Amino acid sequence: MLITCKRSLALLFATSLMLLPAIGFADGWQLNMTEGVTSISKEVYKLHMTVFYICCVIGVVVFGAMFVSMFLHRKSRGVKASNFHESVVLELLWTIVPALILIVIAIPSTTLLKKIYNTDDAEIDILITAHQWKWQYEYLGEDVSFFSISSTPPSQINNEEEKGEHYLLEVDKPLVIPVGTKVRFLVTAGDVIHSWWVPDLAVKRDAIPGYTNEAWTQVEQEGVYRGQCAELCGKDHGFMPIEVHVVSKAKYAEWIGAKKDEVLAIAEASKKVLELDELMATGEEVYNTNCASCHQADGKGLPPTFPAIAGSAIAMGELSGHLNRVINGGAGMPPFGEQLTPVEAAAVITFQRNSFGNDMGQLVQPIDVVTFKQGQ
Amino acid sequence: MAHGPAKGISRWLFTTNHKDIGSMYLWFSFAMFLLGGTFALVIRMELFQPGLQIVEPNFFNQMTTMHGLVMVFGAVMPAFVGLANWMIPMMIGAPDMALPRMNNWSFWILPFAFALLVSTFFMDGGAPNFGWTFYAPLSTTYAPDTVTFFIFGVHIMGASSIMGAINIVATILNLRAPGMTLMKMPLFVWTWLITAYLLIAVMPVLAGVVTMMLMDIHFGTSFFEAAGGGDPVLFQHVFWFFGHPEVYIMILPAFGIVSAIIPTFARKPLFGYSSMVYASASIAFLSFIVWAHHMFTVGMPLFGELVFMYATMLIAVPTGVKVFNWVTTMWQGAMTFETPMLFSIAFVILFTIGGFSGLMLAIAPVDFQYHDTYFVVAHFHYVLVPGAIFSITAAVYYWLPKWTGKMYDETLGKTHFWLAFIGLNVTFFPMHFSGLAGMPRRIPDYNPLWADWNMISSIGAFLFGGAQILFLYIVIRAIVSGKKATDRVWEGSHGLEWTVPSPAPYHTFTTPPPKEDMQSY
Repeated sequence: MLITCKRSLALLFATSLMLLPAIGFADGWQLNMTEGVTSISKEVYKLHMTVFYICCVIGVVVFGAMFVSMFLHRKSRGVKASNFHESVVLELLWTIVPALILIVIAIPSTTLLKKIYNTDDAEIDILITAHQWKWQYEYLGEDVSFFSISSTPPSQINNEEEKGEHYLLEVDKPLVIPVGTKVRFLVTAGDVIHSWWVPDLAVKRDAIPGYTNEAWTQVEQEGVYRGQCAELCGKDHGFMPIEVHVVSKAKYAEWIGAKKDEVLAIAEASKKVLELDELMATGEEVYNTNCASCHQADGKGLPPTFPAIAGSAIAMGELSGHLNRVINGGAGMPPFGEQLTPVEAAAVITFQRNSFGNDMGQLVQPIDVVTFKQGQ
Repeated sequence: MAHGPAKGISRWLFTTNHKDIGSMYLWFSFAMFLLGGTFALVIRMELFQPGLQIVEPNFFNQMTTMHGLVMVFGAVMPAFVGLANWMIPMMIGAPDMALPRMNNWSFWILPFAFALLVSTFFMDGGAPNFGWTFYAPLSTTYAPDTVTFFIFGVHIMGASSIMGAINIVATILNLRAPGMTLMKMPLFVWTWLITAYLLIAVMPVLAGVVTMMLMDIHFGTSFFEAAGGGDPVLFQHVFWFFGHPEVYIMILPAFGIVSAIIPTFARKPLFGYSSMVYASASIAFLSFIVWAHHMFTVGMPLFGELVFMYATMLIAVPTGVKVFNWVTTMWQGAMTFETPMLFSIAFVILFTIGGFSGLMLAIAPVDFQYHDTYFVVAHFHYVLVPGAIFSITAAVYYWLPKWTGKMYDETLGKTHFWLAFIGLNVTFFPMHFSGLAGMPRRIPDYNPLWADWNMISSIGAFLFGGAQILFLYIVIRAIVSGKKATDRVWEGSHGLEWTVPSPAPYHTFTTPPPKEDMQSY
């Protein structure tokens, strides 16, 4: 299949007078859409190829006629121009034949679109909420909710380190779904419009504030499938990947169980009192993952859009103001209250108040965060 | 009677002469073409390799946004208006445009609109960074403060376009020489008449949508703000109700140009003149009812998706008719391949390839995989660059001898063609592949999976850019030291513009031309 498709693409190349670059079709030279791993994605691929082949045939006829004409009907061959310039029969013919071809294409397209729109009878519902620039996954009815952020280190992006295989297509916490199960995605956004796209699932749905869009998938093959945000959503649009792990049903049950235990463990950890060095170490990590893309690793920000942490009135001011900004967001910054655990929030606030030349000498404990949230 | 042009700068500032204003439009659009091209080259430099090398992601977004805005509103549209100014009065035997003072005004507000837009680069917050489609709320609540300058810039460009369009309609409907019936008009005049109606219909919609943004940003309304009961999808409906006719505004005059050039160099009348007119009108009508195919992924109900999918597929029919007509015009002609003909033939071939990917994109279930990927970028560059840019280039080569009275250098012209043709395909053909392989558009950095195609695209872009510098040189050289052109210029040329001397005198057709000179060809 892949070989025929490469051949026909090469044909299109030729018809457009494009010289094929001398290439060996290694991994980096992927030419075509993925067939994907769901029945829908395979049908999408088939329809894509059908329309493509129809275009190729039309192309060969039209361009063929042009090239014959350019070769035969040139003045340098001493030909005399004809004078015909009208034919109702021809005009009707090339109106009706394309219309018929379109009907042939429209029928399978309609059938497939209906299937894609049928979100009934899903066994699992997952609410996907897009934020600048991360995804939040909430397993409805399971009390499991987490954020998923790019895990590609800045050193790779800034070319200080070699890029990994899944560069910009890897996350800290992937979406996990069971194999052979119909999963419904409810897609929305908290700030601007994003779009959740995983090519192998042939699912692309815009995440729009105020809307909850529906999509579904049923993956028949265990594995890791990757995608990206597909709608321009601001500065880090290119840095909000998606990673879907499709696992056996047993593994999925195990994973959901572990996720629920995590919730309990976080509540337990929030009661602990931590030392300065513990808070600073965790805080730096949290800062680099969550804050550095805007406020920069050196804390100097990118003013005026992204203010500096160094010497900031908030980081150097009242603790309640700092807690409020981190937990509730504001002035263009998204809220982090849901995303960060109390330990992480306390750590990052401590870190910000005691780094980049900020010298508050103040420790913030997880319990402070919990109290602040309860007080709202 | 024969007033010459005024002396010095006042000739250009106060002129009401359609030829002077046409020239100013063309030079302005070429300057914008180079500026927008520079932005494109910054984009291609950053995408040469994975990783961030040249620019910050935010500046990258400013580049993609400004590239689109400058090319659409600064390069393509003014170039077509410039050609209309020069050619429409000469093609219909009119002494000038119907509303000459408004003509001056509609040109001279343009430089201010673009000064406003480009000045945002030097302000806090930087230039617009939300894409040329400026989807709310990214372009409202989350936009830099400079968005207000963008809004006023768009208002002024819109006013300029509306005035230009009204002028063209008034000229065509009122100033045709006796005997120049509608069905004898050259197709360039026809397609511009239809385009002008499209402009009058949709530019106010654009003005409306940016005004709603202005209200949301500064006056506390919530048209597009979900938190205030507004609707971000409404923005897209209104924008694309403007945006889809807009893409035909950028292609219909091109159809007219090619329909003038191919018969000239095939030495054979245009095949199916009246079907060309009807096809153009059908395309214009359909352009109003297909806008939501840009929004297949926003979650419209199934019925809406189907309606817009079918309507979009229908566009293939009149567009196909045009392509078949051009091919049949060439058939059994006696062709020569001067530079304008080369650009026109490339137009037909490459625009058809863009049409094929357009048909693929029309299929909603498959569009879910193409939408917002480089496949879309490849598609619209295949219709816009060979469509609008190649046709404008062809028009300049074709009519330059009439405008200046001098011939350009044919060898250099052909060199320009081949460089541009190769550059274009090397740049944009690989984008089909990177898009199908899964690369989203508007990203400054990407997985190495797509590195090879991107590197080829970047090399092609510099070749294409370089070719345009050669174009500038060819035009200046023709003006300065070109050989003298004859009045007919081309052996196969037909139409009123070729009955006047070369260069065309400052005032033409102060008395109407004889009727025997008017035949549809």
